[in-house]
Amino acid sequence: MFKKIATGAVIAATALTMQTASVSAQETLFVPSLSYRTGPFAGNGIPIANGFADYFTMINERDGGIGGLKVVVEECETGYNAQKGVECYEATKGKGALVYNPYSTGITLQLIPKTPVDKIPVLSMGYGLSAAAIGEKFPWVFNYPATYWDQMSSIIKYIDGQEGGIKGKKVGFIYLDVGYGKEPIPLLDQLAEEMGFEVVKFPVGVKEMQNQSSHWLNVRKEKPDWMIMWGFGAMNATAIKEAAKIRYPLDHFIGNWWAGAHADLEPVGEAGKGYISANMAKAGTDMPAVQDILKYVVDAGKSQVSDRSEVGKVLYNRGMLNAVVVAEAIRIAQEMTGKTAITGEDMRIGLENMDLSDERLKELGLEGFTVPIKATCENHGSGGPIFMHQWNGSDFERISDLIPPMTDRVRAMLEEAADKYIADKPGWQTQDCG
Amino acid sequence: MIYREAGQFKTSYRQDAAIFPILQDRIAIWFYLFVAFIVIPTFGSDFFINSMMIPFLIFAMASIGLNVLTGYTGQISLGTGAFMGVGAYACYKLTTYFPETNIIILVLLSGFFAAGIGMIFGLPSLRIKGFYLVVTTLAAQFFLEWCFIRVPWLYNYNASGAIEVPQREAFGLIVTGPSASPSVRYLVVLSIVVFLTWIVSNLIHGRIGRTWMMIRDMDIAAELIGVRPLYAKLSAFAVSSYVAGVAGAMLVFFWLGAAEVESFDVNHSFLILFMVIIGGLGSLVGSFLGAAFIWMLPIIIRAVPKMTGLDINASTVEQLNFMIIGALIIVFLIIEPHGLARLWAIAKQKLRIWPFPH
Repeated sequence: MFKKIATGAVIAATALTMQTASVSAQETLFVPSLSYRTGPFAGNGIPIANGFADYFTMINERDGGIGGLKVVVEECETGYNAQKGVECYEATKGKGALVYNPYSTGITLQLIPKTPVDKIPVLSMGYGLSAAAIGEKFPWVFNYPATYWDQMSSIIKYIDGQEGGIKGKKVGFIYLDVGYGKEPIPLLDQLAEEMGFEVVKFPVGVKEMQNQSSHWLNVRKEKPDWMIMWGFGAMNATAIKEAAKIRYPLDHFIGNWWAGAHADLEPVGEAGKGYISANMAKAGTDMPAVQDILKYVVDAGKSQVSDRSEVGKVLYNRGMLNAVVVAEAIRIAQEMTGKTAITGEDMRIGLENMDLSDERLKELGLEGFTVPIKATCENHGSGGPIFMHQWNGSDFERISDLIPPMTDRVRAMLEEAADKYIADKPGWQTQDCG
Repeated sequence: MIYREAGQFKTSYRQDAAIFPILQDRIAIWFYLFVAFIVIPTFGSDFFINSMMIPFLIFAMASIGLNVLTGYTGQISLGTGAFMGVGAYACYKLTTYFPETNIIILVLLSGFFAAGIGMIFGLPSLRIKGFYLVVTTLAAQFFLEWCFIRVPWLYNYNASGAIEVPQREAFGLIVTGPSASPSVRYLVVLSIVVFLTWIVSNLIHGRIGRTWMMIRDMDIAAELIGVRPLYAKLSAFAVSSYVAGVAGAMLVFFWLGAAEVESFDVNHSFLILFMVIIGGLGSLVGSFLGAAFIWMLPIIIRAVPKMTGLDINASTVEQLNFMIIGALIIVFLIIEPHGLARLWAIAKQKLRIWPFPH
């Protein structure tokens, strides 16, 4: 038996190696997509994966790829599980992967130390390790358009601009009790001290996601003036329902950009009216590029979306934004290196020189789609502004202008966190930005 | 034919009581060790070593730990995941305080912390049995998980709440961290697994192991004969948790590189219990077979459509995977409730008399 297993395993390994060779022999641009269409967060994972894949299918169909090379998107199912995510990474990195978009802070944290060794960048777009925005310390990681800390500071700024400021107020922070939810706490504590407001924290364990009555009982007891939520998956809808149940004013309840999608609010419906959340990319289909997706991909039956109306929803468009950024980075990398079949190292250069300005977005047929993204050697987080949108019972409406983060405060803290991260890692690869 | 035992005579009690009484088996063991130590690190691809062999060995180790408790002593436990976590966090703290010490020694030491915690949670087993014990070990699981989240000292106050493995060297080679080559990590894991399997095998075949099995088979009778349940049960909890703790430390240090509490949640306790049940309760070979079945088969199934050029969505493959593995578990348990190890034993018995069955 043992022998059989051993031989079987060796055969499998040989087959895997052979397959690796055959894929890299063709000239393509290989972009792995770590998706989660199964598991507790599938409701969020499916639209993201669809948006990501569909944009590249559209580019292949309409333009014949980027620089003449087709983009191959290979999905690997992670189920939002860090171990499976690492397995997916190991399975795909040998095929000439250009960049990884893990869509999970847990997986991102696992991949960050591997990036300099394998020379493949990680683009954790608006999630992951906030400190990775410090380009000198994290040459291989990018988290623009804004880190969690930027986002938190923007949300605090928004609150500060309402009803006579935040000073002296009580802010409740309800979060998913994993790496993702805990990420902004250091900044929140610091800002509370500096700006003179009080923070009450309500951690929600993954197992309690759909049973938050006790947490909201505490909220009712504490009576915070504002609530901020770092939630994901089933946690969001449950929290909004519970908030409505205890008659918490929903227009004082603000989610981050993973807690404000159609997938979260549709199950709540009318009861969730007034709920506010942050966002970075416009929802909707009234952009030429999105129309092209409908024309070349969805109507041609090349998409995995179940219905045409899925296109243009918040998370679909966010997956698409991720694809837009990757495509743009590939194009920049091709331009700067002069070769079409680029590698992970070239891709890093492309990501570092990202300049997605309003004009460029217009050229891409995505006018007003997102906030401008500009990365530099020092700044991999862009520190971009965000906007707020509000649920009206059936759809989201934008309710604020762009709110820039408190860069002066955040940057110093990010640098401190980055130093702390690399302090116990001898031989950590940094870069000199001159 | 394969097992031609003509001419193999046992001339001493020592030979009669050997673990591998048949010459062919002894040769086979050396052959497997040769494949594991020489062939796989030389010819295996990074993916094969990193995503298949290393986790397989680590889960096999954890299964051996649980097997000591459940298979040999008859105490069902759902706390394996948490005991692995104790080993991992203990190793992390140890290497924080003693960065210069050889990491392999620290991994082996961290098991003792798990053993201590395991013994504390093993105390109720002196009074309660069966399903009730399952509930108390489940309590251990939840309590320890809670500690891993709520005691920031355990993860050095990291903002992310995760433990991240620093780079450590042993014998002049980098053995942990992202720069460590998969082959080196594999060889370290393999050496620890082989060493501890050997130790556990000796324990099981010796006096202590026999008292465990007496407790399992009939605790009252064992007590009347003179086995002290306190020592027998607690030593089983200690050895089991020690092995699980070492497996947990290896899981983080030689495989994942960073871990959150979700790497030690109750699902892992179930996963390892399944490995033990599928592999065979009360069998060391079974622990390896069970780990291979539960860990490697899904990866192979996942790779099949790509190898054969079928165009199936990743998520569909994942769903198919769940169905196939689930069906196979039922099939195997119907064919042989005592697990893969028993199937193997039957097959071997048949092979020994082949081609002349009774």
